[in-house]
Amino acid sequence: MEAQRMETLPASKQMTISPPALTGTAWRRISEGAIAITLFLCAAISILTTLGIVGVLLFETIEFFREVPVLDFLTGLTWTPLFAPAKFGVLPLVAGTGVVSLIAMSLSLPVGLLAGIYLSEYARPNVRRMLKPLLEILAGVPTVVYGYFALTFVTPFLRQSLPDMQVFNALSAGIVMGIMIIPLVSSLSEDALNAVPHSLREAAYGLGATKLEVTLRTVVPAALSGITAAFILAVSRAIGETMIVLIAAGQSTTAQLNPLKAMETMTAYIARVSLGDNPQQSIEFKTIFAVGMLLFLMTFVLNLISQRVLAKYRQVYQ
Amino acid sequence: MSELPTADFRRQLASRKRWGRFFAALCLLATIVGLVVLTILLADVFQKSQSWLDTQFLTSFPSRRPEKAGILSALVGSIWLVGMTAIISFPVGVAAAIYLEEYAPQNWVTSLIQTNLANLAGVPSIVYGLLGLAIFVRALGLGRSLLAGALTMGLLILPTIIIAAREAIRAVPPSLRHASLALGGTRWQTVRGVVLPLAFPGILTGTILALSRAIGETAPLITIGALTYIAFLPDGPMSPFTVLPIQIFNWTSRPQEEFRHLAAAGIVVLLIVLLSANAVAILLRDRLQKRY
Repeated sequence: MEAQRMETLPASKQMTISPPALTGTAWRRISEGAIAITLFLCAAISILTTLGIVGVLLFETIEFFREVPVLDFLTGLTWTPLFAPAKFGVLPLVAGTGVVSLIAMSLSLPVGLLAGIYLSEYARPNVRRMLKPLLEILAGVPTVVYGYFALTFVTPFLRQSLPDMQVFNALSAGIVMGIMIIPLVSSLSEDALNAVPHSLREAAYGLGATKLEVTLRTVVPAALSGITAAFILAVSRAIGETMIVLIAAGQSTTAQLNPLKAMETMTAYIARVSLGDNPQQSIEFKTIFAVGMLLFLMTFVLNLISQRVLAKYRQVYQ
Repeated sequence: MSELPTADFRRQLASRKRWGRFFAALCLLATIVGLVVLTILLADVFQKSQSWLDTQFLTSFPSRRPEKAGILSALVGSIWLVGMTAIISFPVGVAAAIYLEEYAPQNWVTSLIQTNLANLAGVPSIVYGLLGLAIFVRALGLGRSLLAGALTMGLLILPTIIIAAREAIRAVPPSLRHASLALGGTRWQTVRGVVLPLAFPGILTGTILALSRAIGETAPLITIGALTYIAFLPDGPMSPFTVLPIQIFNWTSRPQEEFRHLAAAGIVVLLIVLLSANAVAILLRDRLQKRY
């Protein structure tokens, strides 16, 4: 049977399939090429998006700097673009972003790292399987819900012991933002800790180290670049977060650093101006793009650093 | 040569082990902190939403009088928006993933696209809002419509969909591609007949998770000017709209206590929508997944 088929197949192919197959190949080559080009164009949309973002921000920012000197924008301590006399110093917004992010980081970095250590080094497989999806739920809660929680639960709760605290303040927003970022830090640091080869742990145990000493003196230092990358990414996430601060942190026009008082971040300012109805040619409209440009540059640089750190750490253990 | 453990060493060892237990407890505590807060958050929201969440709430339009207000237009708006976002971003995202995994040559264009995708995933969502405002709302003249919102959201979740789809495509064993190519299949026939059917569950799960992010996202829609007060249902892609998170934000930012309760009821609805989307994703994955 096998031999028969081997003999007859080439003959039949020669006789019947050859002529139409030629035109079929030509058609196929064209359609294959068209498909490849279409797929490439879809992939290129991501490049267009970046070009669009940079182009739009740059265009409106240049327009803005025609009316406001760059130095006034970057060093001014008063931000009152919406009422006379209009002042365009961005530092109050930068201070707001800085303070809220600092509070969020001082909560989410240690807690997230410890949780990552627990999941990677201490938790039994079945406990870990149960805890990880629960932490993912925490990361999936919409930010508007966190904002609601900060304003209607955390602030009243903290005001019981901190009577000086204003209704809108940076502290509540920062704490809740920190809680939101914990899963990001914990899952990325867990990945970094997991990537440390077992032989290193075994060597440390062999020298008589306890579990704590193995974890803190061997595993964590070996995973340090991955953990650093996670931390930088977390900072970038905090700077870009909008809804929590828009709802819970309030507004402020002067640069100040007291977390018990109202503060406005760069993101919250953009959102607040968008909620009003400003004509396209107005200076108010242009300010949100100038602030957006600053925000984009900050997060872009942080993401780039984080990727560089990660690329370095991949080379070490593979 | 070797010495027996001295009393001094034993005492130190006990203390080292005590520290170890203390640290282990600390780590467990850190893991649980987030879950405790999540429980408090959910309990608080559910308790505040009580007696506000009823059929009247689900079937009414927003109103200045809290006892008459409902979430219908926001719920329908969210469904419209997420449906249109899916139609826009799913085909493009999957096509881009196929290109990067199956077609892309190893050159500078490909590595540029890959670096760029990683960076786009880290751009704050409100910046996408500014892009949508300048391009879709103003330059293309779409106004504050559902279409402008869906295009903005589509761009926002595109990197997430591409990354998820690439992972699913990469999980298809190369031997199956080789088999198809060896049988005379072209590149596209291999992709369509072998790779895509096998990668589909993974792609679908990733897409649903990305879309559920779009359901909860607020900031870019505020920037492009989605309205906070809409007392009618959208009738097409060019219709003005509102969505669940924006309606919740609107109620939260009012000082009266009653609106806070409305916001809590809205949050419960939003969380139920998100939870069902995630459940569907998990079910589909379990149903369709095959192992090699």
